[in-house]
Amino acid sequence: MEFKIERVAELARLNLKSEEKQKLEKDLGAILDYVKKLEALDTKGVEPTSHVLNMENVFRADEVKPSDAAEKALEHAPHADGRFFKVPKIVHRD
Amino acid sequence: MNYEPVIGLEVHVQLKTWSKLFCSCSTEFGAEGNSHTCPVCLGWPGSLPVLNEAALKLGIRVGLALNCKVAERLKFDRKNYFYPDLPKAYQISQFDMPVNGKGELLIETKTADGKMIERKIGITRAHLEEDAGKLLHEGITDGSLVDYNRGGIPLLEIVSEPDLRSPQEAYDYLTALKAILQYVEVSDCDMEKGSLRCDANVSVRPVGQEKFGTKVEIKNLNSFKMVQKAIQYEIERQTEAIEGGETIVQETRLWDDGKGTTFSMRSKEEAHDYRYFPEPDLVPFTLSLELVKSIEATLPELPMARAKRFIKEFGIPEYDAYVLVQEKKLAEYFEACVREGAGAKTASNWIQTELLAMLNAKNIAIEDCPVASKEFAGLLKLVEAGTVSGKTAKDVLQEMAATGKAADVIVKEKGLTQVSDTGLIEKAVEKAIAANPVAVAEFKAGKQKALGALVGAIMKETQGKANPKIVNEILQKKLQG
Ligand SMILES: [Zn+2]
Repeated sequence: MEFKIERVAELARLNLKSEEKQKLEKDLGAILDYVKKLEALDTKGVEPTSHVLNMENVFRADEVKPSDAAEKALEHAPHADGRFFKVPKIVHRD
Repeated sequence: MNYEPVIGLEVHVQLKTWSKLFCSCSTEFGAEGNSHTCPVCLGWPGSLPVLNEAALKLGIRVGLALNCKVAERLKFDRKNYFYPDLPKAYQISQFDMPVNGKGELLIETKTADGKMIERKIGITRAHLEEDAGKLLHEGITDGSLVDYNRGGIPLLEIVSEPDLRSPQEAYDYLTALKAILQYVEVSDCDMEKGSLRCDANVSVRPVGQEKFGTKVEIKNLNSFKMVQKAIQYEIERQTEAIEGGETIVQETRLWDDGKGTTFSMRSKEEAHDYRYFPEPDLVPFTLSLELVKSIEATLPELPMARAKRFIKEFGIPEYDAYVLVQEKKLAEYFEACVREGAGAKTASNWIQTELLAMLNAKNIAIEDCPVASKEFAGLLKLVEAGTVSGKTAKDVLQEMAATGKAADVIVKEKGLTQVSDTGLIEKAVEKAIAANPVAVAEFKAGKQKALGALVGAIMKETQGKANPKIVNEILQKKLQG
């Protein structure tokens, strides 16, 4: 399978050194080659699977339950300001 | 060369649920920062989303109202991108198996020469997804603040086909869509609170060319009027650019309402790569025919059908009917007035002018109207019977709103009954003619306008209570005689 390690790294927001690039390119290539073996199987007439569990229609009722997660999260956030998380200024949307 | 625009709209509507799409946090607007968050919507490792059944049913409701093909099987997918308003670094959305497939929306629109026409606008799909959080920049120089209360709120993204051909059509499409969403009671559609949002895709092409031009996406559109203005601006900008030999680049532009222009967000050279893949934390869903049928059975009469019924049943003009049905409560008010015995045309005219003007002046919605439909019909019946003049009736309406009294009570108390007594009016006419020789001479010299001064004098004499129709008849007769 074709891929560009620079593009993969960019999408994952990773700054890779050149020796890391080489190593990861090899590892990722090996993983993709392994997955490629599946292509040998004849899947004609087999419905694509999107989930491995043989289960469907799991719902919750539309009920509100309070949570104190924010207090804990704000406490452990690298930066916070009162009730808000604080992040570096972002100029434009990705 | 002549160019034509090709427009498609993406509307995000917030579905009216108590809790979020995949967790039990409240969807209430305006709460304290981050108070409606939990491990699921903050994206904590190990937390698992579970679909809100009510949100799915509301989504299907919209799909049915838009004549969409509702899916038999649906799933959710991850849309991956990094942005601080997205705690998980992906948004749970739907990619290739949306809840609603192709549909259509009939709209009533005005052509450039003012003709009312019906147009069928294709709906590509309408899928469920979670909202992102909100970034706050105001007053902060060294960063941005994030509030995740909105993160995870259920949205339905309604994507139109590129079937719209003018800013006016785009506006009329949005108005029609909003009316449907309100009729089926899935959202409060409040653009100020962000529960209805719209992005526009705009391109232009030479008339006659089949292939689409390069499209530009416009964001930051906070009202339907802004959508209309931004599209108009963008059509002109693109046409000028092409005629000047430039190539349009596919990009996202933001609308600057103050300047009345769009500007580029300077997106990175490489296109987005959202790397959609099936959301492993959610199982797929199968919708039974019974479920879809049971939702369909609860759909109310939709605006277009109601307008057609009003035209047929009440004989009101097409345009009036479409204005009345845009707001469900207004349509109901009108129909109630007619059922109470008011004439349909009178009711339609008075609701669209006097009643709406009064409500606008007081800044209240029709559902909070201080004059109930039954009382309003009572006033209209007095007008139609000639008991009060139209002018007096406007004052009576204000009085009704202020005191809550019925129209006939006010008319009786204040002695506002219109004078239709020809003898009395005749006297007033004679007096006016005698007192205004100049106006009489002017009228006789062919100046129709001079009649106004005479009518004014008669009305003054009768304290505005004379029946204008009878005044006119007598006046004409006396002047010609
Ligand atoms: Zn939550």
